Amino acid sequence: MSAAPAVRLEGIDKHFGAVHANRSVDLSVAPGSVHGIVGENGAGKSTLMAILYGLHVADRGRILIDGTERRIRSPRDAIAAGIGMVHQHFMLVDTLSALDNVMLGAEPAWRLGPARERVRRRLGELMRQTGLRVRLDLAVEQLPLGERQRLEILKALARGARILILDEPTAVLTPQEAADLFASLRALKAGGTTILLISHKLREIVALCDTVTVMRAGAVVHEGPIADTSIDGLAQAMVGRRVELGRVAPQPAAGACLLRASRLAWRDALGVPRLDEVSLSLHAGEIVGIAGVTGNGQSELLDALSGLLEPQSGTLELAGESFVPGRWLTPRRARELRLAHVPEDRHRRGLVLPFAAWESAALGYQWLRRYRNGPFTDGAAMRGDTAAMMQRFDVRPPEPLRRSSAFSGGNQQKLVLARELTHEPRVLLVGQPTRGVDIGAIEFIHGRLRALRDAGGAVLVVSSELDEVLALADRVLVMSGGRLAGERRVEDCSELVLGRLMGGAGKHGPTPHGAGR
Amino acid sequence: MASSASGQVALPGWIELALLPVFNVGIALLVAGVVVRAIGLDPLQVFGLLVEGAFGSRAGVSYTLYYATTFVFTGLAVAVAWHAGLFNIGGEGQATMGGLGAALVGLGLGSQLPAALLLPLMVLSAMLFGLAWAAVPGALQAWRGSHVVITTIMFNFLAAALIVYLLVGVLKDPAGMAPESRALGAAAQVPGMHQLLGVLGLDWPQTPLNATALLALAALAGVHVFLWHTRGGYALRATGLAPQAALYGGIAPRRQVLVAMGLAGALAGLVGINEVAGVHHRLLQDFAAGAGFAGIAVSLIGRNHPAGIAAAALLFGALHQGGAELVFEVPGFSREMVLTLQGLIVLFAGAMATVATPLFLRLHALARRAGRSRGAP
Repeated sequence: MSAAPAVRLEGIDKHFGAVHANRSVDLSVAPGSVHGIVGENGAGKSTLMAILYGLHVADRGRILIDGTERRIRSPRDAIAAGIGMVHQHFMLVDTLSALDNVMLGAEPAWRLGPARERVRRRLGELMRQTGLRVRLDLAVEQLPLGERQRLEILKALARGARILILDEPTAVLTPQEAADLFASLRALKAGGTTILLISHKLREIVALCDTVTVMRAGAVVHEGPIADTSIDGLAQAMVGRRVELGRVAPQPAAGACLLRASRLAWRDALGVPRLDEVSLSLHAGEIVGIAGVTGNGQSELLDALSGLLEPQSGTLELAGESFVPGRWLTPRRARELRLAHVPEDRHRRGLVLPFAAWESAALGYQWLRRYRNGPFTDGAAMRGDTAAMMQRFDVRPPEPLRRSSAFSGGNQQKLVLARELTHEPRVLLVGQPTRGVDIGAIEFIHGRLRALRDAGGAVLVVSSELDEVLALADRVLVMSGGRLAGERRVEDCSELVLGRLMGGAGKHGPTPHGAGR
Repeated sequence: MASSASGQVALPGWIELALLPVFNVGIALLVAGVVVRAIGLDPLQVFGLLVEGAFGSRAGVSYTLYYATTFVFTGLAVAVAWHAGLFNIGGEGQATMGGLGAALVGLGLGSQLPAALLLPLMVLSAMLFGLAWAAVPGALQAWRGSHVVITTIMFNFLAAALIVYLLVGVLKDPAGMAPESRALGAAAQVPGMHQLLGVLGLDWPQTPLNATALLALAALAGVHVFLWHTRGGYALRATGLAPQAALYGGIAPRRQVLVAMGLAGALAGLVGINEVAGVHHRLLQDFAAGAGFAGIAVSLIGRNHPAGIAAAALLFGALHQGGAELVFEVPGFSREMVLTLQGLIVLFAGAMATVATPLFLRLHALARRAGRSRGAP
């Protein structure tokens, strides 16, 4: 078969100011295949896909779709050329129904009713063909994330997409949802759709893709069939050196108890128990991992332990002080007692995005004596500290004056981690330490967490990535339905055992998505 | 903050903060010129007279600065609240209460204290009255969820009603017929600029411009230092930009709402010093005369930054003074025309301030590309 490639990019070149985001990139994808694009944050893969989808216009280069050159200067051109894109952050109107979201932008000016029925029939047909099931009459805000993503894919297909770009599709999915997604993508592929998949997760790339392109610093460093490579090989090509992500031998002896929480309970405004009699302790020199499907109380637990959420009952002991509801720990007191917290949501919590990096790098520590100059803040000291943090944690670009929002996700995460580790914490709570972070930075971040443990700190890691929990933790706790469903030494953990506990196979019934449904 | 509307690519600061506002005001004047032409007047002559009236004489400049003083206070009152994520529409009421605060101290202690003691006390009282008047809506928002936009509007009406009640009742000057208080004693009057300059041996015409203008300069500098160089300002801005992050950073957002509204009210209250203690020398009904609302436009056009607010307040002061001269000089030019002109400036430099941004982005990109290709061999 000598069919023209579905997508062919030739010599794509793109500058953003001084940044050379794409360096004459060539890419060729056979029709009906799945092509993976991997690379570290800032390697240029998102820029390349944005150019293909018309969000950016390349400085130089050609785009050929099915062998014919196309001029793609806007998403409208891309859709006309049969290209659809599913963004990492969904582009849906939360308050509209799923059906109306598909209509939006393609709706007729007149007689919406019959048009709506036409779209409904079309979507029904697509759902049958692809296995992507979405409840069309529910508002998007009522749908779980996996279903929203299926809706995005259906929306693209309904617009006639034969080439589908997926940007980090599994970043927000539970393992089960991810598995369902992959099944659907395989069905789509069997139906002749060409799929371009951007992902950090090499395991997914290897499992799903036919061919793969590895990008580094704006250029293609490897391209070929997936069969000719391995996860290690891809990781090495991405980073340009060998990466060690496996386990390092666990610390045998845990020391004194640094934090003890007893029977924490918290019900939300609807009376649903989100934390249900949770007790745990953290000891010097250990990393405790919390595994579980997102939404089973892990976030609430982190908030309660860091002083952001006051439970209705329970006690917390930290650094010799005891806290009870009514006199709970505050975030400020927590830091004074040398408890640091890397929040799950760095955009909403960890940083003040419009602040300059140096201002964000003082968040939570703005009261420190070293940042004071009489009645004023000592901006010079803050900027100096930020520059030092950026150097030690390899935050790129190392510019303290740059806006916090202008850094890539991985670099934002490194900045938050740098801030929380700089003031020598004894207890560190970390939520999703490497969400949206590239593989080189993951290795680095894991190294820092281990270093804190080895220096006698206690670390609590909450992650939705089972691999990550297993790679880091000395002791693993599993949360399900707001309860601790089980505890294991890491040596006694297998994915099967943990998976059962996560699914609520312990004593209590599962509520994987709480009361949202 | 201001550049968020222009998407990911940002313009250099000097275009964003200097060229663009000037361009917008220029467009507003152009449209105003068309309107002036339409009623059969010569735009060039009208604008000439406007500038002449506002800046053409020492008296004109003085009046312009006197109006600008009031607008600085109300503009800052909006800006401080804005940085905490709040929309303070209550400048009018807070200014009114500031006047009451100044008048009560001035009337009550005027015969017992020397000016050097009395005036600072009046300033303090004006600020406290404004602060208290704004703190109530602030507290209601922070702890009860009543939106400050609604409550501050309501508090404007409450303040107006309260002043009328007092001025026809206990505070009414028994010797007069009008709803106004008796005059403040000499010790309770803020010295006029002509008196201050007279001490320095300079001859200056007597105008409403008084020493409160210096207080306005101090307020501009003080707000800048507070917002960007103190922990309080850091906490306030963090709360306005990312309440969840502020909470995480150990900042109590509720307290910040109260602080921001209180500070805004105290600033607006200083209008009472400029008007009651500086010019009218008695408490009048409606002495704020819409300055509280003009403050919203001043803050908007000034991008909520003290330097921008100073420039915008000056612009509005000039419009007020030059406009008054125009109404006086040009037959057929009514006060409503001045309001039209103000409205156009608010429209183009405030509400539609970012409309021209894409144009400037494109021009800027073109200029840079031209520069690069010239630089290349």
